[in-house]
Amino acid sequence: MSQAPSADRDGIRAGDPGSPGHREQVLSVMGVHVRLAGRTVLEDVSFELGAGELTGLIGSNGAGKTTLFRVILGLQPASRGEVLVAGRPRSRRNPLIGYVPQKFLLDPDMPLRARDLVALGIDAHKFGIPRPSFARPSRERRERAEEMLAAVDALDFADTRVGLLSGGEQQRVLIAHALIGRPRLLLADEPLANLDLRSADEVVALLARIASEQQIAVFISAHEINPLLPVMDHVVYLAAGRAVSGTAEEVVRGDVLSRLYGHHVDVLHVHGRVIVVAGAPGERDLAGHELRFPEAEAGEGDWAGGTVEPGGAVEPGGAATVGGAAGIGEGGGAAGAGEGETAP
Amino acid sequence: MSHFLSPVFEAGFFESDAVRTAVIVGAVVALVAGALGVFTVMRGQSFAAEAFGDIGTTGGSGAFLAGVGLLGGFLAFCVLAAGAMELVGIQRVRGRDLATGIVLSAALGLAALFLYLDSTIHNTTGATITVLFGSIFTIPDSTVPLVAALAVVVIAILLVIHRPLLLSTISSEIATARGVPVRLVGAAYLLALAVAVALCALSIGSILSTALLIGPAAAALRLTNRPGRAILAAGLLGVTSVWLGIVLAYDSYDWPPYGNGWPVSFFVVTIVFAIYLLSGLPGWRERRRANRSGDGSADGTADRWANGAADAPMGRARG
Repeated sequence: MSQAPSADRDGIRAGDPGSPGHREQVLSVMGVHVRLAGRTVLEDVSFELGAGELTGLIGSNGAGKTTLFRVILGLQPASRGEVLVAGRPRSRRNPLIGYVPQKFLLDPDMPLRARDLVALGIDAHKFGIPRPSFARPSRERRERAEEMLAAVDALDFADTRVGLLSGGEQQRVLIAHALIGRPRLLLADEPLANLDLRSADEVVALLARIASEQQIAVFISAHEINPLLPVMDHVVYLAAGRAVSGTAEEVVRGDVLSRLYGHHVDVLHVHGRVIVVAGAPGERDLAGHELRFPEAEAGEGDWAGGTVEPGGAVEPGGAATVGGAAGIGEGGGAAGAGEGETAP
Repeated sequence: MSHFLSPVFEAGFFESDAVRTAVIVGAVVALVAGALGVFTVMRGQSFAAEAFGDIGTTGGSGAFLAGVGLLGGFLAFCVLAAGAMELVGIQRVRGRDLATGIVLSAALGLAALFLYLDSTIHNTTGATITVLFGSIFTIPDSTVPLVAALAVVVIAILLVIHRPLLLSTISSEIATARGVPVRLVGAAYLLALAVAVALCALSIGSILSTALLIGPAAAALRLTNRPGRAILAAGLLGVTSVWLGIVLAYDSYDWPPYGNGWPVSFFVVTIVFAIYLLSGLPGWRERRRANRSGDGSADGTADRWANGAADAPMGRARG
């Protein structure tokens, strides 16, 4: 809001040229604060998601991504601030939100075909016996499940047990499960974790396609920004509970992220990929001089009661979003490099 | 007809009241156990069933001592145990938990005292066998209505919660996000499980009760890819096991040592075990995997096993 990095949040969105104010807002997060066990987990987080857009929620472990999702889902009350879903206050059991949880691994002994799991997305939260009867609605259910399976390219394994599918295939089935209730907002918590590079690229491309085809807002959390760069319309960058949002060009910059983290951060562009490298105050460079972070010191006044601990959010001296090795053979790339380039 | 089948069904089989009661009770209990068992195996909560069996032993032996119905003893203690588990928090009650082990040992220790007193005071040596290993032929006719009523209660609970229960079994996170009261659904399921274990304990004994609950269900999960069919298959396999066990036990009066007959629970559990082994034959698993059409596509075949899903043990740890 009044904070410097988020001030340019809506004004300079590159996403939709010509009609900046015309975007249909699916999710509005306004000044959300969350305190858990005396610790500030989210601090004045504000951003908006529009229909038809794919937005990445980027942050390292412990940055507050899962908490933010829980707030949006209505499972975690915010101590301050407001969340609107399609213009209305959020509520539990919100049919407008589809949710794909993190680290989903179904037991291979679970007698459940992919199409069964998708169909469960229609009404599995309801008690009692399905009405009007067992037989009548089954055709419509089947057709809807079939349609969703097609939308996520899962028809090939529709009759296979979910537990026997690969991680990427399970993700696709879960996305179909979340979509079959026709949500306006799709939340996917770390959908790329535990996926090999090619499956991750496929899932990302699929989510981008779903966002534009079905005109819903897709919100994906990830600790790694590069797989999302080719398709991401906007990014919400989370560090130590604070957020900055905008297009990747606006947000993933040394000065912006330095303010966010509260200490110096370098953003390197290498072969169309982004590497965020952070140093921590007190660290010494190769010549033995203590590192100084003028941006961080200058920007400190901007953060009300700044509670960032130096090096707390970013591993000191390490990379914030990309490990050293991650640059090698990381598929995709900002330039939309094809699969052929992906190193095995 | 009866002449034709006489090598299988010994004389008097269809005329015996004890057999008729056993056939009815056995079928009802096996159907209930199958339905509950499928969820129990899917949720990886077979240990809870085992614990109910142990605690039910205390209840059953206590009931024998007090001279009240065996089923009442099983039922009271199993339901109390379910309540205690729910209070402590279901997630923490696991086989590897030291406190759980100590509590269950204490319950069985108490059962040992009760059974000793049963056999000394009442001078009935049969108490131990009846409580621990059951005897479906000794169930009094008067118990049948109670068995039927309890079966109806269990099935009713399951019918009400089956969809949210399945969803929260698949992923408690998805279920929570969709507004399912996961804890409440879990508690209702646990209550139904406690009643089902009590019914199994009455039929084949408290120690063996898990066999009827878990065995047919585990086999059924190998045979079908759909939850509804798994419940049906588990029920049918359970009924088959119990009925076949009853027939064999009746026949065994002519086996050595003559005139006594072998324990029916032995037959039931052995048949359940055989069915479970048969369900693991490679053919079934192959068929299940072959369901995957378009196997020629490079997609997934290489990395299908990458996440180790295929090697995850049944009833993996949750929570």
